[in-house]
Amino acid sequence: MATTLEFSKRPKWASSLNDSLVMIRRSSTHIVRNTDQLIGTFFQPIMFLVLFTAVFNAVGMALPDGVSYINFIMAGIIIQTVAFGSTTTAIAVCNDLQKGIIDRFRSLPMSDTAVLTGHVVSDVFRNAISTAVMLIAGLAFGFRPNASLADWLAIIGLIVLFTLAFSWMAAIMGVLAKSVEGVQWMTFVIVFPLTFASSAFVPAETMVSWLQPFAMNQPITQVIEAIRALMIGTPIGDYGVNSVLWCLGILVVSVPLATVLFKRKTTS
Amino acid sequence: MASKYAITVKNLKKSYGDTEVLKGISLNIERGTMLALLGPNGAGKTTTVRILSTLLKYDSGNVAVEGHDVSKQPDAVRSVIGLTGQSAAVDEMLTGRENLVMMGELYRLTRRSAKARAEELLADFDLVEAANRPLKTYSGGMRRRLDLAVSLIATPPIIFLDEPTTGLDPRSRMAMWDIITELKQKGTTILLTTQYLEEADQLADQIVVIDGGKVIAEGTAKDLKAKIGNDRLELTFATKKSYDRACEVIGNDTVESDPKERTIAVLIRDTDQDVASAIARIHGANLKIQSIAIHKPTLDDVFLSVTGKSGKEKN
Repeated sequence: MATTLEFSKRPKWASSLNDSLVMIRRSSTHIVRNTDQLIGTFFQPIMFLVLFTAVFNAVGMALPDGVSYINFIMAGIIIQTVAFGSTTTAIAVCNDLQKGIIDRFRSLPMSDTAVLTGHVVSDVFRNAISTAVMLIAGLAFGFRPNASLADWLAIIGLIVLFTLAFSWMAAIMGVLAKSVEGVQWMTFVIVFPLTFASSAFVPAETMVSWLQPFAMNQPITQVIEAIRALMIGTPIGDYGVNSVLWCLGILVVSVPLATVLFKRKTTS
Repeated sequence: MASKYAITVKNLKKSYGDTEVLKGISLNIERGTMLALLGPNGAGKTTTVRILSTLLKYDSGNVAVEGHDVSKQPDAVRSVIGLTGQSAAVDEMLTGRENLVMMGELYRLTRRSAKARAEELLADFDLVEAANRPLKTYSGGMRRRLDLAVSLIATPPIIFLDEPTTGLDPRSRMAMWDIITELKQKGTTILLTTQYLEEADQLADQIVVIDGGKVIAEGTAKDLKAKIGNDRLELTFATKKSYDRACEVIGNDTVESDPKERTIAVLIRDTDQDVASAIARIHGANLKIQSIAIHKPTLDDVFLSVTGKSGKEKN
């Protein structure tokens, strides 16, 4: 033992923060090393963009005057990608819990939630890549936003907030699921109806009447409408405030819930 | 006040639902020594280690690691222990070096110190060449070595090794034994669990045999061996005639004979003398030996002698 070890003398909160940073670095490395997933991160948004604009072309007629379908769908497709992408967090959490590494983490004097924080925050990085790819592809396909710099900052802020909210919710599913297949099933049942019964691809007013109240008031529609308003200047109304409140509300419930469930699962 | 024991366990009990997994385990490990927890699958070895390393809650009893109560001061316990579990607790996607540095930082080492220590361990464990490869490309033996290296990153004074050689090929097992022996020489307190009597015999100062959640025997390897008997030399003969003649030649030194298999067993108290003399006598009588085997006492023999029934029969 040649070297003498230096232990950091940070206060407890700073150590916990450092644990989270270490785990964020870990999860981000996973994203970079997982080539299949990385390819998906680049091409899935482009594929969705091409498919939806081509398939739902006729919807353009039902849109408010002067709005092109590509301009309309951009906000929806970004949020849909983020919502589907949260599955990655759930799978990563579930994977960790099923392998020996969780015992290692639990036997270290580290912060309990750092493992979850690592996956959630790296999800934000991955979504940032997807969103950037989508915006560039969108511009190539005729997407013409008229947002100001302040609008773009608000859009980025909202996407990050929505990613955090959905990824923490996904972390709960990752903790609860008994297998990765279970995770996929759980997220599918929740994410699919939420994204399709929203104003992501068609205006909520064009849906069957029994679905409209849900489609108009559910959180994903709020977030999409707020981003759409900031991007292309549709009326923002209450969407801005509502979307932020929804995301904060989800976070207030899901962060402590995920943490408690995670602790309980790892010390039974 | 520092007691001479690094680990004390008193009347530890744990149940899962109606199944009582630990029925009152007690053991003490002196600082700087190695204790082997020996037992078959399902004896409660892993459960005990998981409780000692704060991963599992227990129902009753007292468990202290370096004077810290594991249920009341888990963080204090975690900062003095290292754990190497049965399933390699490492990150498959990260490289060997990244795994070491990450765990070092989580042990609260400074990043610089974690990096320096990682290099040292990579060299000690013969993993320098593989240091920049993701773990998923490692062989089973390399993975175990890295797993153990990770447990040592902050040089904790106490190490738990849960079946560190199960599933390894003989060469990797030997390499692991060398590493463990060196660790012991450096003064680390070690709790090792194993299914192999030979492993406990080779490495540990003290052996506790558990079965069905209870301690059924304890002592040094010598104590236990005295209880279960020594190694045996087993000689098998090709013909009934040479077998019969051999029985006469060996005479009273025969501990067991099997006319059907034409096998004679001779007790070995002193390897040099006893083996040589038996062979010489057979040779002197001009008898042809078909095969020779040394039978070492196994865990099964321990069970046979302690409980009167074989470990296999019960499972």
